[in-house]
Amino acid sequence: RHRSRREQAQIMEVGQLQRKFVDYTASLFCEGFLDAQFTQLQQLQDESNPDFVVEVVSLFFEDTEKLLNDLTRALDQQIVDFKKVDAHVHQLKGSSSSIGAQRVRNACIAFRNFCEEQNTDACSKCLQQVKQEYSLAKNKLDTLFRLEQQIAEAGGAVPM
Amino acid sequence: MESCNCIEPQWPADELLMKYQYISDFFIALAYFSIPLELIYFVKKSAVFPYRWVLVQFGAFIVLCGATHLINLWTFNMHSRTVAVVMTTAKVLTALVSCVTALMLVHIIPDLLSVKTRELFLKNKAAELDREMGLIRTQEETGRHVRMLTHEIRSTLDRHTILKTTLVELGRTLALEECALWMPTRTGLELQLSYTLRHQNPVGFTVPTQLPVINQVFNTNRAVKISPNSPVARLRPIAAKYMPGEVVAVRVPLLHLSNFQIYDWPELSTKRYALMVLMLPSDSARKWHVHELELVEVVADQVAVALSHAAILEESMRARDLLIEQNVALDLARREAETAVRARNDFLAVMNHEMGTPMHAIIAVSSLLQETELTPEQRLMVETILKSSNLLATLINDVLDLSRLEDGSLQLDIGTFNLHALFKEVLNLIKPIASVKKLLITLSLASDLPEYAVGDEKRLMQTLLNVVGNAVKFSKDGSISLSAFVAKSESLRDPRVPDFFPVPSDNHFYLRVQVKDSGSGINPQDIPKLFTKFAQGQSLATKNSDGSGLGLAICKRFVNLMEGHIWIESEGLGKGSTAIFVVKLGIPERSNELKLSFVPKGPANHGQTNFLGLKVLVMDDNGVSRSVTKGLLVHLGCDVMTVSSGDECLRAITQEHQVVFMDICMPGVDGYEIAVRIHEMFSKRHERPLIVALTGNTDRVTKEHCLRVGMDGVILKPVSVDKMRIVLSELLEHRVLFEA
Repeated sequence: RHRSRREQAQIMEVGQLQRKFVDYTASLFCEGFLDAQFTQLQQLQDESNPDFVVEVVSLFFEDTEKLLNDLTRALDQQIVDFKKVDAHVHQLKGSSSSIGAQRVRNACIAFRNFCEEQNTDACSKCLQQVKQEYSLAKNKLDTLFRLEQQIAEAGGAVPM
Repeated sequence: MESCNCIEPQWPADELLMKYQYISDFFIALAYFSIPLELIYFVKKSAVFPYRWVLVQFGAFIVLCGATHLINLWTFNMHSRTVAVVMTTAKVLTALVSCVTALMLVHIIPDLLSVKTRELFLKNKAAELDREMGLIRTQEETGRHVRMLTHEIRSTLDRHTILKTTLVELGRTLALEECALWMPTRTGLELQLSYTLRHQNPVGFTVPTQLPVINQVFNTNRAVKISPNSPVARLRPIAAKYMPGEVVAVRVPLLHLSNFQIYDWPELSTKRYALMVLMLPSDSARKWHVHELELVEVVADQVAVALSHAAILEESMRARDLLIEQNVALDLARREAETAVRARNDFLAVMNHEMGTPMHAIIAVSSLLQETELTPEQRLMVETILKSSNLLATLINDVLDLSRLEDGSLQLDIGTFNLHALFKEVLNLIKPIASVKKLLITLSLASDLPEYAVGDEKRLMQTLLNVVGNAVKFSKDGSISLSAFVAKSESLRDPRVPDFFPVPSDNHFYLRVQVKDSGSGINPQDIPKLFTKFAQGQSLATKNSDGSGLGLAICKRFVNLMEGHIWIESEGLGKGSTAIFVVKLGIPERSNELKLSFVPKGPANHGQTNFLGLKVLVMDDNGVSRSVTKGLLVHLGCDVMTVSSGDECLRAITQEHQVVFMDICMPGVDGYEIAVRIHEMFSKRHERPLIVALTGNTDRVTKEHCLRVGMDGVILKPVSVDKMRIVLSELLEHRVLFEA
């Protein structure tokens, strides 16, 4: 059927956005921010659960921020309770694994090693590292979700 | 006159005559006395003379005669009466002795004469012995010569050396002037001068074989004297002043290998002879002696034997060279064949890979496509694509398998698998086709058939499918019965296969499968052909049934690899047939340890409907994990409840929950304890939900711990959709999970 000019322009825009989305996702995987687990999450998203990924990731952000605060406080103590620190890091590791935030998870693994050694300085450094990775990941994922939203608004389907 | 006692001679003494008589008598007496002395002397000297006393008699006789003559000396003159008396006594005695002697001689002379005769006889005998000694000595010398010659001839196996040596030695032994050997040409019609003693390289003399003199020589095995003028003896120009020496010729049989018979010297069968000609020196007046001829004959025979030995050696050397050549050629051929096989295998492997990669891509992408939302027509199309590409993939694998089977490089993939499930699956696969044909299929598994077995599951299934598929294909109606049982040793031995000796042992058993159909049957004459590839007759070997590949030929090879045997019995066309095969399978270790260590096998269910409504409880304190696991299970259609602590879990769990997934890495919560408590809560096994541990590490310690507390399985986090699907189907089917 005959498409109007505006429709045509819209289709082109959607196409562009979709390409951008695909490229961005690919780059996240390439740079190691995300791993296969994230793909699994994407697979779980369907009509009955259309916002699954966003929901889980938001949950992740909430959880992580809480955890990071707890960790900062714990390490600021005079006498550091390494068991507690370890528990927190374990949680963070679990969460990041579950959504496929690879770099955060790797940072957590390193963190746990230093916890075992009960090395406060190293742990502080690790914490910084984790925080850094987390904010990077958060940024990236936020960008990704924005792109998704844009595509949805433009009326296209998000390529999976 | 007065008589005086002196006797006077009658006549007047003639002084000279008297003197002569006187002297003669004196000498006679002397001689008569010396002869006995001499006799006595000689008798004393010779001890052997037998007639001593005869000599004594003679001596006495002579002495007396001498005495008589001596006394006679006195009677010439006047002598007294005493002298006369003595004279008379002497004469009387003499007369006596001489008469006795005369009588004695009559007896003795014949004896003496006979002595002489014996002496003559002995002399003759001695002469004879001398002669014979001479002969023997000559023979011995001849023998020595022959031995020496033979030794020389036989010390080499080279034909030329043999012949040359013969001539040289013969020439030396017999002091010949010339010695020549004529060999027959290839046609046998001519004799060619091949070797002579004097000339190094004789050139070009030939004589036709059919000359009378040659025939004469060839017809006897003796050495024959021939004329020096015959063509074979004319080796040098004869000058008139030569008085040529005697010439002898002898034949030398040239024996072929096939002519040797053990105890028979082949006189009649050899046709080829060489001619040896020996010439005594000219102008020597020497003649050929018999022993020399005999020597020549013996030498000729020895030469024949030596030549044949040389011929045998030549033959065997030639044969050995030929064999070496052949070996080299065979080796080359073998290496070429190996190269070809390797090249083919490489090619097949590459092709398999090259064809396989896009094939797998098609299959993978089609599977994914199946997962998405499709219209019914689209779904049908995708399913067709999948089925066809699966079939093609199987075919590609089978081609590789067959080629590997051909050159024996195929190895079975041994693993533990569920035997009962295998049969059920085959049944499931065949049922649709069978029901279309309205065939009744029955499966009967013996009660002592082990549930699990160790073997190559994939190929056993292939074999089974092929056999059952054939049964279905060739039956128009009726029923097909599939039965499996553990074969006992008596039933294992098939009289048609006498070299099949199945030996059951403690960790192996023989599975016997029988597929009986009431279909079109097989002509008993065609049965042997069934298992050969591409055989005519029934087209069993060319059609495919579900994923079975290239037919009974492959099946037979698989069965053989499994140390078993497959055969088909049929009573004839229209009377149905029974396919039977026996394979050797291992018995798996009866330990839970093993159970936990292999990957779940089973048809991957692509449908989500299996898990619809499955009530599942998820225990995880990590919110994000919990959400993800829940999302996963919801995606698969389960009814999911989540709890975040152990207490909550124990409170929430009911009989209706079929599976509990619990994270055992939760700090402060002992997942193992919870599992134990759950066990306590539900005493009956079928009421209790299945408990699966979710953990970040699946090391041995963790797994053992899980086993000990009675968990039904362990999964490594993070879990993918596919893995969860497999896990659930495995759990529900077997009520136990195997996780790598």
